[in-house]
Amino acid sequence: MNITFSAEELAFRDEVRAFLSENWTEDLATRIRGLDDEFKAAQIEWQNKLNDKGWLAPGWPVEQGGVDWSVTENFIFETERSLAGAPDVVPFGLKMVAPVIYGFGSDEQKKRFLPRILKSEDWWCQGYSEPGAGSDLAALKTKAELDGDDYIVNGAKVWTTYAQYSDWIFCLVRTDSSGKRQDGITFLLIDMKSPGITVNKISSIDDHHSLNEVVFEDVRVPVANRIGEQDKGWTYAKALLAHERTSIAAVADSKRRLRELRKLLAQEVSGGRPLSEDTQFQNRLSNTEIELMALEFTELRVLASTADGKGPGVESSLLKIKGTEIQQAIQQMYMDLAGYYSGVIHGEETAETIGHAFGHDARQAYMYGRAATIYGGSNEVQKNITAKYVLGL
Amino acid sequence: MNFNLSEEQNMLKDSVTRFVQDEYDFESRRANAASDLGFNPKNWQTFADLGWLSIPFDEAHGGFGGGATDVMAVMEEMGKGLVVEPFIATVLMFGGLLNKSGNAALQDANIEKVIDGSLQGAFAYLERQSRFELADVKTTAKADGNDFLLNGEKTVVSNGAAANKVVVSARTSGGQCDEAGITLFLIDTDAAGVERTSYRLMDGQLVANIKLTDVRVAADQVLGDVDNGYSIIEAVVADVTIALCAEALGIMQKLTTTTIEYTKTRQQFGVAISSFQALQHRMVDMFMAGEQAKSILYRAVCAAESGADDLAKNIAALKVMTGRNGKLIGDEAIQLHGGMGLTDELDVGHYVKRLMMINTTFGDADFQQKKFNQLSHT
Repeated sequence: MNITFSAEELAFRDEVRAFLSENWTEDLATRIRGLDDEFKAAQIEWQNKLNDKGWLAPGWPVEQGGVDWSVTENFIFETERSLAGAPDVVPFGLKMVAPVIYGFGSDEQKKRFLPRILKSEDWWCQGYSEPGAGSDLAALKTKAELDGDDYIVNGAKVWTTYAQYSDWIFCLVRTDSSGKRQDGITFLLIDMKSPGITVNKISSIDDHHSLNEVVFEDVRVPVANRIGEQDKGWTYAKALLAHERTSIAAVADSKRRLRELRKLLAQEVSGGRPLSEDTQFQNRLSNTEIELMALEFTELRVLASTADGKGPGVESSLLKIKGTEIQQAIQQMYMDLAGYYSGVIHGEETAETIGHAFGHDARQAYMYGRAATIYGGSNEVQKNITAKYVLGL
Repeated sequence: MNFNLSEEQNMLKDSVTRFVQDEYDFESRRANAASDLGFNPKNWQTFADLGWLSIPFDEAHGGFGGGATDVMAVMEEMGKGLVVEPFIATVLMFGGLLNKSGNAALQDANIEKVIDGSLQGAFAYLERQSRFELADVKTTAKADGNDFLLNGEKTVVSNGAAANKVVVSARTSGGQCDEAGITLFLIDTDAAGVERTSYRLMDGQLVANIKLTDVRVAADQVLGDVDNGYSIIEAVVADVTIALCAEALGIMQKLTTTTIEYTKTRQQFGVAISSFQALQHRMVDMFMAGEQAKSILYRAVCAAESGADDLAKNIAALKVMTGRNGKLIGDEAIQLHGGMGLTDELDVGHYVKRLMMINTTFGDADFQQKKFNQLSHT
């Protein structure tokens, strides 16, 4: 048992570092924190740099433009990326729909969609949740009826992140309601420009716009855009959910946030002394850091068992629960560190005039961060899954 | 990077698993702990015959040449059986001190006897006032010709009652809490001036207070260098902490499994209580606490195997998490067993008490967290 790196792996780490120092620039980092179009353009620019290097799509089949990193190489890349402060890719296309397309899609679909995902030409969003189907996803009601070579889709999807930027949406729709709920679900790829689609903004408590409702009124979707067989969509989606839970854990990003938090604590003062000397903060930091040190190895254990061909299985629920709890603990510490300034809403005034820089961002992360224990199947549902499938209760 | 045991390590682990299954039902364990020695000498001979007593020693001394991973594999299984035989005290602590002493003559004279099972050892590091501070040493050692004269009292010495030889930390210079000025001496427990009083701890182990009155020790019985014993203590305590936490992991897994099985059979309100969501979520919390403890143990083992710079931080983190998660699992195990959890007849409480002693050993979770904070702050 060891985690030592071989000479090749050390060389790879150097290559990752060199790539990051050249391509992850201050300028790009500033723009990617911006709003709306500025954010989207900067995110695409970053993804294109990764793609040019051939590093955008670990886990994809190599013939589709993926890169077949070992567990260790993946770990090295993620660690270095987080150390440099560079963001993850937007997951909906690259990490969520792409595995379904290359896993279960037709050759025609692979040719049509995968290259555009790699080039970030198509921006995807996820059409799973509905007003009546949250953690109980199989309760979904959005209906698709066959009409010649098309499905006619009616219904609504909700909490759709980045629908306002998206060119395509991948949807679970109901094609049969006669049998078991999971059996009559079909996986469709839908062009967001199709007539009959309306995107309604949902204002959220973080003062940002990321959530939407997507309404479908007699939207025609060609049968050619169906993944695999009709009524079998649940099987395809399920394979994806474990991946989703694994990536929600965001261990590398929490490591970076915790490191930045330690720096801020050394800068902020209380009664003339740095807050890093405050024992309350020290204990809260170490509680979280120790949990994260463990979770990093839990993730490695899951990845190692994936590499042995066992797939990210039911253990992914543990990663999701612990990972999101850690994220929220970190967000809470940023808020408490910012004190009064956590309440500041940036408008006309800048950090210079207000006298403080990170309160607004801290609150935004905290507020939006509430979602992490809800999405991807709420943490309570993850516990149900674990109780049933891992503990056999 | 890999988290698998080697074939040899798997065989070692399996042999401990089999021993626990065949020889260590709960009633045998109870009898072993209650015996005069505090363990069963027949089992000790079995350990010797199976080669377990040779694990941490190098091949030149007839040892197995094992590292942290081997020790972990063994200790996890011993935890599941709640084994009371003094593997930690004699092999890992006493043997570990010999290993790190750099004193070839002492190694040649003693390691072979530890391996063949004829020598019981212990490490006397604690004193009445020292709480968790390894450097708080009042016992004195004064040079007297070619010898030293030791005076003082060591307390709560694990396996102190059965030990033939004990390594004692004593002050040769410096102030009461200074790391510098501590020297390690090897003494015979039947030497003149050694007085032992034994008593039991809640986990069943037999320990002793050892009073030293003008105990004469030859200079060639010093482990390491005079005044420089502390770094040896630190290194051995680091290794043994990993072993203790591996034992704790075995206990946590056993308690979780036992609890799950119990709730499946216990009927209330006409159904198995395992069907209640409130209880299911508590058992998931137990499971997660155990998995996280396993991960941080793997992390510390990997750091020890590679001699990582941040080993001390990893070990502090391991001890914090093992203490806290062990408490959660122990408390939940008793709670979910209901009234039965309070009975001495059931093994659950005994596993819990061992977890509690492990938490205390070398500093509890709060103490270790403070250490972690200091290591993070610098």
